[in-house]
Amino acid sequence: MLEKAFYGDKKYWSWVIFLLILIGIGSIAYITQLRNGLMVTGMGRDVSWGFYIAQFTYFVGVAASAVMVVIPLYLHNYKKFEEIVTFAEFMAVASVIICLCFIIVDLGQPQRLFNVLLHPTPHSILFYDMIVLNGYLLLNILISWNNLHADYRRVPHPKWTKVLAYISIPWAVSIHTVTAFLYQGLPGRHYWLTAIMAARFLSSAFCSGPAILVLLLLILKKLTKFDPGKEAIQTLAKIITYAMCINVFLFLTEVFTSFYSNIPGHKATFIYLFKGLQGHGNLIGWMWVMVVTGIACLVILIPSKFRNNPELLVVGLILLILATWIDKGLGLVVGGFIPNAFEKVIEYSPTVYELLIAMMVYSIGLLVLTILWKIGVGVKRELGIIPKQN
Amino acid sequence: MDNKRRKILKIAAATAAVSFTGLPIETFASYLPKIGKYVRSDKEKKAKQWGMVIDTRKFKTKEDFERVIKACHSIHNVPEDIPNKKQEIKWIWEEEFSHAFPDQENPFLAERYEHKDVIVLCNHCQHPPCVRVCPTKATFKREDGIVMMDFHRCIGCRYCMAACPYGSRSFNFRDPAPFVKHKNPKFPTRMRGVVEKCLFCYERLEEGKLPACVEASNGAIIFGDIFDPNSEISKVLRENYTIVRKPELGTEPCVFYII
Repeated sequence: MLEKAFYGDKKYWSWVIFLLILIGIGSIAYITQLRNGLMVTGMGRDVSWGFYIAQFTYFVGVAASAVMVVIPLYLHNYKKFEEIVTFAEFMAVASVIICLCFIIVDLGQPQRLFNVLLHPTPHSILFYDMIVLNGYLLLNILISWNNLHADYRRVPHPKWTKVLAYISIPWAVSIHTVTAFLYQGLPGRHYWLTAIMAARFLSSAFCSGPAILVLLLLILKKLTKFDPGKEAIQTLAKIITYAMCINVFLFLTEVFTSFYSNIPGHKATFIYLFKGLQGHGNLIGWMWVMVVTGIACLVILIPSKFRNNPELLVVGLILLILATWIDKGLGLVVGGFIPNAFEKVIEYSPTVYELLIAMMVYSIGLLVLTILWKIGVGVKRELGIIPKQN
Repeated sequence: MDNKRRKILKIAAATAAVSFTGLPIETFASYLPKIGKYVRSDKEKKAKQWGMVIDTRKFKTKEDFERVIKACHSIHNVPEDIPNKKQEIKWIWEEEFSHAFPDQENPFLAERYEHKDVIVLCNHCQHPPCVRVCPTKATFKREDGIVMMDFHRCIGCRYCMAACPYGSRSFNFRDPAPFVKHKNPKFPTRMRGVVEKCLFCYERLEEGKLPACVEASNGAIIFGDIFDPNSEISKVLRENYTIVRKPELGTEPCVFYII
């Protein structure tokens, strides 16, 4: 089945080579970081996690979102998702790989990574994060690969992958819950110290992840004539809309608690993000873009008339991805460190090195996704689900 | 052909045999895990929980602060003057009262308190969040209450820095060696990519000495076992009104302040 990845047209190979070039450029930046240390980043003693950990957090959400396809299919027997479930699981695999890479590039001593296994520490949330992320990766590889292989051999799916699929449902919830626990259990970081952090993470994951999946499926449709099905896309769009509404609602409850209680520590980060604090406000522009795109995407997604229009749906989803990415991939992690332990504002912005290394990690993820989806498309074409190319 | 190969193998085997027997046994032993037993010096100071009282009234001039900071940084190979201020390393330093104690601030606080400098360092908390979050036990709490660091186990994930509510932890964003002015060969130097902080001079306590900052403070810092009712520090804590940084977080800091 793997051989399907080696037979492609010119477009496929140019895309693969393009990604390899990006990975190559990024790895030069990474080698520079390895040789000099994290001094090449914009991080410091006050904002000690930056772009890498923020991207990690966002992509844990994207990985967890595969469950939004798995639940309707396996628990509600919603057959319209039967053809896209493999693609969703493959996307989860690529996303977890992106997460793991972002953790590794953030380490000061990456060669000591396996100290986490040599000295297992059950009172550290990172220990559980390691278990749930790697477990989720393994589950998704096993389920998607074996089911696709059964299709390839034209035999029914094995029973045990169905059992694993059931296990993967709570497991997907666990990866984002544990990731939220990384933040919400720390004393003295007011912006993170909130019981609804895990719920916020899950709701933003269940809208942003499927939104990325829908956009990628639409691209796939253009490139390969694989039709995910109009109804499948519309159902996903409905799920995305509900999840985004919950996400916005939870965000607003945070704003209410902070400002009605009038507790300075709880307000400080919000003020820094949206208005600026002590004369600093690197992220103000971004945060207001988040507000505008967040509202705009709901205006497009809530009325079914707009949502069912394929072109408008694409616009809505792009706006949604932008809004959730600014919230979780930018404001959340950096905002948690500002103001610092001394109530001072020390700002952070990523350096070119950080952006290049992030580009490398994204490209690795995209390459994994490309190869896996290529295999998926190859098998489906053989089965006649996708019309043969001329 | 075969003959030649046999000859080469013979020579190789002989060379290997000679070189192996010629090597001291320690060469092989160095790859084995060492199971040495640490012998405690009888001079070592012992405690249930080391603690510190900082009498801020006795820190009057700039010199009082500098003397204490230098006493620590010079013997612990702490790099100085790192060009990027955001990435500097600090074990003990001065901070304005209103920043060190943000929860004690009020808009009408007398100016002499608001802008008063106080010495800050790792609080060696009784319930340290940094120890709770470390995924490798590279930072851990010793029997005598010191929050310790293993610089060789730390993977540099910086989770402890996110967890510490006191900003007491520094990360080596770059190789610190070029910025260490006076190297002390008796204390470990650090490499890039690991976290470090004040260790309450565990190496001096082993020799029966007081921490360097305490010694240099001319009586402004009192050090001792806070659970020993007969210790000097317990007496000072009983007789004075003391405060700790951010008590509401439940970390139970062991560095107390007299304002």
